[in-house]
Amino acid sequence: MDFIDWDFIVSRAPLFWAAAKLTVKLAVGGILLAAALGFLCAVARFYRIPVFNQIAYFYIELARNTPLMVQLFFLYFGLPRLGLVWEGQTCAIVGLTFLGGAYMAEAFRGGLAAINRNQVESALSIGLSRIQTLRYVIAPQALAVAWPAISATVIFLMKETSVFSIVALPDLMYVAKDLLKEGHSGETNLLLILSYLTIILPVSLFFGRMERRLRFAGFGS
Amino acid sequence: MSLGPDILKIKDLKKNFGSLAVLKGLTLTVRQGEVLVIIGPSGCGKSTLLRCLNGLEPVQGGQIIFGGQYLTDPHINWSRTRQRIGMVFQNYELFPHLTALDNVLLGLIRVQKRSKTEALAIAERWLTRVGLWDRRGSFPRQLSGGQKQRVAIVRALALEPEIMLFDEVTASLDPEMVREVLDVIVNLAKDGRTMLIVTHEMAFAKAVADRVIFMDEGLIVEDAKPEVFFENPATERARRFLNIFQFSDIHKPQEPSASPLAKEAQDVKESNDAKESNDAKDSKEPELS
Repeated sequence: MDFIDWDFIVSRAPLFWAAAKLTVKLAVGGILLAAALGFLCAVARFYRIPVFNQIAYFYIELARNTPLMVQLFFLYFGLPRLGLVWEGQTCAIVGLTFLGGAYMAEAFRGGLAAINRNQVESALSIGLSRIQTLRYVIAPQALAVAWPAISATVIFLMKETSVFSIVALPDLMYVAKDLLKEGHSGETNLLLILSYLTIILPVSLFFGRMERRLRFAGFGS
Repeated sequence: MSLGPDILKIKDLKKNFGSLAVLKGLTLTVRQGEVLVIIGPSGCGKSTLLRCLNGLEPVQGGQIIFGGQYLTDPHINWSRTRQRIGMVFQNYELFPHLTALDNVLLGLIRVQKRSKTEALAIAERWLTRVGLWDRRGSFPRQLSGGQKQRVAIVRALALEPEIMLFDEVTASLDPEMVREVLDVIVNLAKDGRTMLIVTHEMAFAKAVADRVIFMDEGLIVEDAKPEVFFENPATERARRFLNIFQFSDIHKPQEPSASPLAKEAQDVKESNDAKESNDAKDSKEPELS
């Protein structure tokens, strides 16, 4: 098997391991914040909360219709001109949150929109407050409906982390690009693909499993 | 039946949907322990009336006074008030992600802040009473329509409301399930509960009502004892309304859908299926032509 240089792969694997850890760390941070931001935006949009509804609308359109790379450029190179200097990791998490929040908002909003308005009335009629209605009645049902869209967004955002190298972060892409200079493009590619698969495939399987569980525990009525 | 003091006073209540006036100055007083059955044609405002009483619809004029409290006051604490006014809807509206038991517990624990033990005891008592304690772990989708509606009734009752509002609670049920739900309500009436019931079940209305309120075009047209209303309605409008039920009783078997009243007949389908209503009403049939 001199088709693949196994020695190269074995010797460079630790580099990818370290990069993968960074990628996961940034992805988890960004995605959790994106989910929180997205949920708030979805609620503001769904309940048409004055001012916040409009802000959320403009934010969503701005974030969804510009590439993450451009957003990172702005954070890393544009903000310092305004006197705000953030290090690469901060830029990466903020950027991913900014982009992901918009997608998450749309995913949650779809779930909220699917819930029958009568459910709200039914919840109010037993004395639940509006917040309690959201928390105990509407959000759990909306989450189950939105789950497939949320999982697609999570996977999409994990893949988007591959542009982080432009803010000088030693993530998987960065390490791969670096190694390409030494030749061995086939082995580097293989390592890169395996690394992403190792990170993202379990996430994907986990979300699929959860989806089935939510459907069974739920309702489907 | 001994009736208590006035518990609910509605004065000159007005409700519009845009330019459409649905309630046009409706006035009604309900005494404690009284069972009112509200009937009337589609769109007469009977469901809207119940929804206004529970704050689900803002009103445009008039007053609702419930136990000394003005429900028409814009600063009212609805969360507290709604615990005193139980409501049951046509389509059950159980929470599909919660079991039957959790549907009942939610209000007890989250709204009334009762301990888990206390809430469980209350839920057990009520679910047992409607024969569903052994189905407590079922999700709504695993229950029949009649069972769902009984859980919905218990969910409201568990909070110990002072008045219960029933909004066409059997209208979505298959005929064979209507009875099990109506039996629950009849039993509540025997307990002396104050209830406002919107229904198309005429036989049930006759059996359970202390007073029958006949509404048309946003106003109360008749307010009478059931025996008076059903045997000898005072207004032409009420007579015509009751005749619709007669007509569909007689002709539906021969021409199921050709009749011009087929649609109305469909609206009152459930009442036709409650066969016990027939014998009492047959005597009025000649008035039709």
